[in-house]
Amino acid sequence: MSAAFLIEQLLNGVQLGVMLFLMAAGLTLVFGVMGLINLAHGSLFMLGAFFCAWIAGQTGSFWLGLGGGFLAAAAAGALVEIVVIRRLYDRDHLDQVLATFALILIFSELARWVFGDRPLYLDVPELLSGAVPLPGGGRYPAYRLAIIGVGLLTAAGLYLLIARTRLGMQIRAGESDREMIGALGVDIRTLYTAVFALGAALAGLAGGMVGALQSVQVGMGEPVLILAFVVIIIGGIGSIKGALLGAILVGVTDTLGRVFLPQFFGLFLPTSEATSVGSSLAAMAIYLLMAVVLAWRPKGLFPLDA
Amino acid sequence: MPEFNRETLVNAVLALALLIAPLIAVFLGEPFYVALASRVATLALAGVGLNLALGTGGMVSFGHAAFFGLGGYVAGIAALHAFEGTTFIAWPFEIGGSEHMIVIWLVAMAVAGGAALAIGAISLRTTGVYFIMITLAFAQMIYYFAISLPTYGGEDGLSIYLRSGLPGIEAEDPLSFFLVCYALLLGALFLMHRLVDSRFGAALQCARMNPQRLATLGIAPFPVKLTAFTLSAMVTGLAGALFAELNGFVSPAMLSWHRSGEIIIFVILGGVGRLFGPLAGAALFILLESFIGGWTDRWQLVLGLILLAVVLFARGGVIGLLAGKARHD
Repeated sequence: MSAAFLIEQLLNGVQLGVMLFLMAAGLTLVFGVMGLINLAHGSLFMLGAFFCAWIAGQTGSFWLGLGGGFLAAAAAGALVEIVVIRRLYDRDHLDQVLATFALILIFSELARWVFGDRPLYLDVPELLSGAVPLPGGGRYPAYRLAIIGVGLLTAAGLYLLIARTRLGMQIRAGESDREMIGALGVDIRTLYTAVFALGAALAGLAGGMVGALQSVQVGMGEPVLILAFVVIIIGGIGSIKGALLGAILVGVTDTLGRVFLPQFFGLFLPTSEATSVGSSLAAMAIYLLMAVVLAWRPKGLFPLDA
Repeated sequence: MPEFNRETLVNAVLALALLIAPLIAVFLGEPFYVALASRVATLALAGVGLNLALGTGGMVSFGHAAFFGLGGYVAGIAALHAFEGTTFIAWPFEIGGSEHMIVIWLVAMAVAGGAALAIGAISLRTTGVYFIMITLAFAQMIYYFAISLPTYGGEDGLSIYLRSGLPGIEAEDPLSFFLVCYALLLGALFLMHRLVDSRFGAALQCARMNPQRLATLGIAPFPVKLTAFTLSAMVTGLAGALFAELNGFVSPAMLSWHRSGEIIIFVILGGVGRLFGPLAGAALFILLESFIGGWTDRWQLVLGLILLAVVLFARGGVIGLLAGKARHD
């Protein structure tokens, strides 16, 4: 095992983590500000990927597709917020879970209807199709590095938005006291729609970027959604900082576990057994990580009310 | 004795209808509807399990498919080893397969209960939205574990070639198998009725409504909730074993979070915390699925719209609609 291989796997882990952060940021914002648990967040991810692949297929431009996926997810998010989600803020979590579960069924079936049963494929854009040399002699796909870059830029942008702008101030105020900022004259309904659309747009962006790495199909959002849940449980629900840290932790643990656990068991077990034990353990690694974090800190690493 | 009111009447009609429908189907020579009734009975049993945690205890578990699927895998693995004559564990003592129904039921309940004890011990440290997500995540962990198990079919699942039997009962006969499921469902409903009315049930309801108050009465809420969560999982695990035997097949799909969602839907459609709610919900769900599913391919879309409408506009479910009077919260 060379250093280049290790660096490559670490980068893969960070890339997965950054993608999870884009998902988790929206989930955690919506929960922090509106107190809503949104299972349909994965559908917005899927929607972003579908629109990106479809527009790129029609126009031949990946960049138009990515922008289209971003906007389509934002628009779908705003629409869903106005039609359905708005009625759920005062309900208990069970109602929110059920209604957003219903939205998943509706979105998945609509996507199947509109885009067909067969998966769509999206090519990596020309500009980023090369590979970048790594220290230690390996090469790493430029596209994956670009995803890492976009994710980190988004994290920085979100930080600035929340810490430095008027909208961010309102979001922070909404997290601590909803009634009060309404009473101060902030249009809380528009604020909620904006926050929801922002979260949806980030999910759509993640979906569009990932669409070039895997096939775009119905149901692609759900595994990512559950990983994003694990991320925000570990990070502390409502905390953007926790989401970033949790996402990188989960991404790296998952990727390295899948690569190294089978090799580790190979040291003292026959190959076939080592592969099967190692890969089952790797499949559970992030959940075990979550269990450990919860046993230690039941409200996650960065709880909102601390 | 339960007081006689509209809800008791609705419950009796439901129980009778589920018994009579397959009898008529056999009389008319339509075995498909017998299997459909068995499906309702097993899924309702899964819902009865969840109803204890969700309805009575207020624990919104989004991971009950884990227990359902574990029960199913117990049935599948027992049948596989019995069929092949191999062992599950060869050392330090031999555990082989089994064709005996009661053994399979007991093992399914023990496995589901054990898993629930571990999952509950961690998850019940949290409440609210954390609890929902954590139970979901743990169920997903078991789902991925099942997928990565090549010995037991991995992603493709496991076929059960021979349904387990009871001495004196021909389980391969659809009607006999339905009657077994039906008897278990009624048994579970009776036990739940007694449990909710017992001292334990009172403590559990109090843990849902006001845990601080329960604690000041000298009863710690955590063990009460953990016990209820475990019992709930055991009933759902038993339902899973029956469901796998009914289909002659078990696969990771039984563990998927869609299944967890469906079990919650049974409970909600029927009416949360109502004794017969899961039966009404499962029956309605299966009826809609088979009739609308036969009419359009877009059943999931219709289900989504129905569910959305129920959540937004018709709280209280079917039993609430038929029996009026809401329960006190």
